[in-house]
Parts: sequence; structure tokens; C-alpha cells
Amino acid sequence: MKTRNQKAWFLVAPVVLLVAFNAVIPLMTVVNYSVQETFGDNLFFFEGMKWFEEVLSSERFHDSLIRQLKFTFIILAIQVPLGVAIALAMPRKGFWASVCLVLMAMPLLIPWNVVGAMWNIFALPDIGLLGKTLNAMGIDYNFTRQPFAAWATLIAMDVWHWTSLVVLLSYAGLSSIPDAYYQAARIDGASAWAVFRYIQLPKLKHVLTIAVLLRFMDSFNIYTEPFVLTGGGPGNTTTLLSLDLVKIALGQFDLGPAAAMSLVYFLIILLFSWIFYTVMTRGEDK
Amino acid sequence: MNLSWMAWTWQTAAFFAIIAALLVLMTVLEILRPGGNARDGILGLRTTRGDRLFISLLGAAYVHILWLFFFGMPLTWAIVISILLAAAIWKWV
Repeated sequence: MKTRNQKAWFLVAPVVLLVAFNAVIPLMTVVNYSVQETFGDNLFFFEGMKWFEEVLSSERFHDSLIRQLKFTFIILAIQVPLGVAIALAMPRKGFWASVCLVLMAMPLLIPWNVVGAMWNIFALPDIGLLGKTLNAMGIDYNFTRQPFAAWATLIAMDVWHWTSLVVLLSYAGLSSIPDAYYQAARIDGASAWAVFRYIQLPKLKHVLTIAVLLRFMDSFNIYTEPFVLTGGGPGNTTTLLSLDLVKIALGQFDLGPAAAMSLVYFLIILLFSWIFYTVMTRGEDK
Repeated sequence: MNLSWMAWTWQTAAFFAIIAALLVLMTVLEILRPGGNARDGILGLRTTRGDRLFISLLGAAYVHILWLFFFGMPLTWAIVISILLAAAIWKWV
């Protein structure tokens, strides 16, 4: 008869503690604050769904949600095709393959606040290389006062920072395709498009699912870079959900509405991630 | 009982206690009938009873949020819909 080894529990204990302290307890705290009101002195009053009602009916929340959705879909629409295209163009072996991989990995290694600061200086219309060049070419560009320029800079920054992730994932996916597939395609006289459509793309499906999910969740949570680059301005034009949330929670110290907004925010991310996952893995064998 | 040291009110304490009790109930059920009663539901997912509980709770959260968004207070109908949804999930998913 097999004896059960109870020592395994000790091995999972650190993970349980870690998850408890960084996920379960914070989530409980947010749920707790989302239905309560406090005036300080550790006195709390139950408010029911009041904060949720306030958040869901507020114009401010709707506006930042719409901005967030626009931002996320624009960067997904750019980064995923661009990342796959770059991965396809990269050499597979030899010296240049290593050079390309190192170059691609570099933006990912830079801390987020540094990326924001770099792009801020880079795009300044009076002293920044990008801003000054555009203005010298006769294009009126000032991301601190034109909403369109602010959006374009924000998107360019995110594309610069994160396309590499899609590239590296797609490159790994492409490298795992056996040569026999390409040989078979050559024998059949398949065009480059046919090779991409019927060999490479199906083989990339899994890594692309991961890439889309990661980029979706990250871009939906983006905070540091827009905070440093535009601070949500000009006006509120680049105030994305997380920027707005931090303004409510830490600027105004309205913990109740901020907690309710966090939960709604979380449910939206969860819903979209589930939709992406279901759509992208549809029709697969179980 | 004073719960202010945890920043809880009795309502939130009751909510967390119910969730904890559900987890204990699931554990007891798993000990009594191991395997989680897995089956393939109408969504094409293989779900265990724990999955069905999770989907029901999450579904209730979405129903309440959507109700508040479209109709506002009161939430009586959202509760009714959530219960019906949970029953449907328990039966078919």
C-alpha cells in the first residue's frame, strides 16, 4: 500500500504564504473598502453598492474606460502584426541572428519610468531630438498641449517598448517549425504568402495567443509610462484607467470609489482576457 | 464583536465568512466524493464542481455590475438573475 508523503505540504507552504500576502489579502482589502465608508480613526460604515453605482454612472469613468480601450486596441493592432513581420524578417542562424535578438531584447530591459523619461525628453518640442526635428520640418508638434500629438507619442513609445516582446515570442515560435515543412512547401511550389498562411501562422497560434494576452493585460494596466510622459494630459486626454484610479485613490484619497473602480477594472480585464483566449483557441482538439 | 481592527464591518465579515464556508464545503465534498464530479458542459468546457462554483460567483459579479450600469439601484432583480444563472450553471455547464 502506498503511504502518503505529507512532507510535500511544507514545500508548498512558501507559495501559499506568498499568494496569500500578495494576492488574497490585498484582494480582500479591496473588496472590503469597496463597500465601506470611513472618516478616519479606523471607523468604518457599511455603504452597500453605493460606490459601485457612483463609479458605473460617472462620466469620468466612462471617458477613461473608452480612452483605455482605444489605447489598448490601437497598440494591439500595431504591435502584433509588426512583431510577427519583424520576426519573419530576422535571420534564423549565425552572427546577425544573435545581434538582432540582443537588440530586440534591449527595450524590454529598460525600467518603465526610464522609458517614460527618455521619451519625454526625446519628444520635447524645444530641446528633444524628435520634437525639434518635427518642428524644423514644418510639422507643428507639441505633445504637452496637442491631444493628437500626446496620443501619437504615447503609442509610439509603447510600440517601441513592447513590440520586442511579440517579436521574441514569434521568433521562438518560428524557430520551432521543423525544416521538413518548408521542404514540403518548396516541393509543392508554394508562394511565400502560402507558406506564411498555411505553415507559419498556424504554428504561431499558441505563442501569439500568449503574446496577445500579455500585451492586452499589460497595456490595459499601463501606468508608469503615460504618467511620466504626459501625466494624463493635456487636460484629461491621455488619462487612462490606471492614471484615473491612482488620482482617485491617492490624489483624493477616496478609498471607497477607488476600490469599487479597481474591482470593475479587474472584471473588465478578466472578461476581455477570457474572450481573447476563447476566440484564439477555438476549434482546437481537446 | 468589534471588527474594526481589520477595518471590517459585520456585513463584510459575513461575506468573507460565506466565501470561506463555501471553500470548506467544497473541500469536504472533495474528501467524500473525490474527483470533483468532472463533466463536459454546454460551453464545451470540462468543469468540476469547484469550477462551477467559481463561474457562478463570477457570473453573479458580472450580473450585478451590468445591472448597476444599465438600471442602477435596487439590485433585487440582479440577485434573482444571479441565482437563476447559478442554478443553470450548476445544471448545464
